[in-house]
Amino acid sequence: MTRQQTNRLAKIAISLVAALVVLPTVFVILYVVYNGIGVISWEFLFTAPRSGMREGGIWPALLGTVFLTFGTAIAAFPLAIATAIYLAEYAGDNRLTRWVRLAIVNLAGIPSIVYGLFGLGAFVLFLNLGTSIVAGSLTLGLMTLPVVISTAEEALLAVPQEFRTVSLSLGATRWQTIRHQVLPHALPGIITGIILGLGRAAGETAPILFTVAAFYLPELPRSIFDQTMALPYHLYVISTQVPGMPLSLQYGTALVLLLVVLSLTLVATVLRTRMRRRRQW
Amino acid sequence: MHMDPNVSPIIAIEHLSFTFPDNTVALKDVTVDIAPNQVFVVFGPSRSGKSTLLRVLNRLSDLSEGAQRQGRVFFNGRDIFSPAVDVTELRRRLSMVFAIPTPLPGSIFDNLAYGLRMAGIRDAQTIERRITRALEQAALWDEVKDRLQSSAFALSGGQKQRLCLARSLAMEPDVILLDNPTSGLDPLSTATVEDSLIELKSRYTIIMVPHSVQQAARVADRAAFLMGGELIEAGTGRQMFANPKDRRTEDYVVGRFG
Ligand SMILES: Nc1ncnc2c1ncn2[C@@H]1O[C@H](COP(=O)(O)OP(=O)(O)OP(=O)(O)O)[C@@H](O)[C@H]1O
Ligand SMILES: [Mg+2]
Repeated sequence: MTRQQTNRLAKIAISLVAALVVLPTVFVILYVVYNGIGVISWEFLFTAPRSGMREGGIWPALLGTVFLTFGTAIAAFPLAIATAIYLAEYAGDNRLTRWVRLAIVNLAGIPSIVYGLFGLGAFVLFLNLGTSIVAGSLTLGLMTLPVVISTAEEALLAVPQEFRTVSLSLGATRWQTIRHQVLPHALPGIITGIILGLGRAAGETAPILFTVAAFYLPELPRSIFDQTMALPYHLYVISTQVPGMPLSLQYGTALVLLLVVLSLTLVATVLRTRMRRRRQW
Repeated sequence: MHMDPNVSPIIAIEHLSFTFPDNTVALKDVTVDIAPNQVFVVFGPSRSGKSTLLRVLNRLSDLSEGAQRQGRVFFNGRDIFSPAVDVTELRRRLSMVFAIPTPLPGSIFDNLAYGLRMAGIRDAQTIERRITRALEQAALWDEVKDRLQSSAFALSGGQKQRLCLARSLAMEPDVILLDNPTSGLDPLSTATVEDSLIELKSRYTIIMVPHSVQQAARVADRAAFLMGGELIEAGTGRQMFANPKDRRTEDYVVGRFG
């Protein structure tokens, strides 16, 4: 075989493997779209479920997921950004920071049901927040912390060292340097990480199971201390807990959940591409 | 190694040693005085500690975590390492221009205004006046006066270098630290920068690592020769380049090594 032939063969093999990875994803999405698109309507999206959830829409669950996603962002953002700034800009490399990093890596590996139980113990019971949007948001926020911290730290470290040196040499303080020469350039990357984290949080069932999610609650929450329905849990409920449930409603719900998560990922990707293009150095 | 006793030094370096965390000894027991309103050239072979010396003077060396320093440095009679010293103020008084020109992201104007804004200067007129003057002093005004709002990255290498010089001058420092300011420049731009340096010394003290021995000889009022982190010899420019006392200085100046 000539070198060119080997080269061509390798390219074909690699493309095939790539296709193998892409195909199931595309198949799952198409399957859900095909089965679910029929029930999507104004009424399905914006009315509450009726007749033991066998009829009507998903509005309380959809809205609940939106609330929880915002809540997660609010809960995770400040702590994640502060931790990332500490790790990337102040901490250096010592025994303490090695432990902190190890803890973050391990936090990322904890099964989501464990976060759910922790949220129940810590937020619902110990802090006495009850089964509520706050408790759920805090639990989801905690779960997304590791990925947000890691991406934020990476984004901070990607800012060239010279900018810091030049800024300090011009008499800026360390915080001024971070504030004016590091954070603005890292922010798009940080936001990308947060949105990716939110995408994951929006689709999780286990962490909200004991902390916020209501089985069937057609009324909308009136405060952040109320329970709410949420899409992933609603999907679980109507798929396993309700006898005689029409399949189309299940697929319709799955489709909406998929769209919520995919659109978050899409926003993150677009943001990242635009940031790369705008970068001047 | 001592200078005219009638002028008190603006900078006095006493027994300064500097060791990086990996145990590289960059400076060994360096003692030298620097007089105001002169061009003081620090020259020597590669890795002899020239940049390290400059970075100690405005305490950018603080950024090398875990490095060891001995000895003292006085600026206008005050120990720069005393806890009472405000490092940001010190860095405004001794402003550094790096070998590789490094504009900050943003416009030409933003670059020039940055240090002033960080120092808490808000008045637009003051900022504009100081920027204009700095650009004139750095011989850049004519080239950029119509495009102050365009990106600093769009400038040529020589323009970037003069922008960085102007950025330091806008701080109205007492001392300008120049680490090989003409490294990437063509002979014409080099001459422009050298000329402006000689003009600037009426207002500033200039401490400079030169691009070559020839450049050192052209601009130096006084010079110090470093080798392996040690100060071999310091003296007036004329004496150092025409008639060095130490054999090693002579070898280096006539190009027998380095
Ligand atoms: N951040 C650092 N960490 C460890 N060693 C360093 C660091 N910076 C410089 N050194 C070492 O310190 C010594 C002096 O370096 P310095 O940069 O001051 O030399 P220089 O005279 O400026 O050299 P050049 O002419 O190549 O710029 C060298 O041996 C160098 O390898
Ligand atoms: Mg150097």
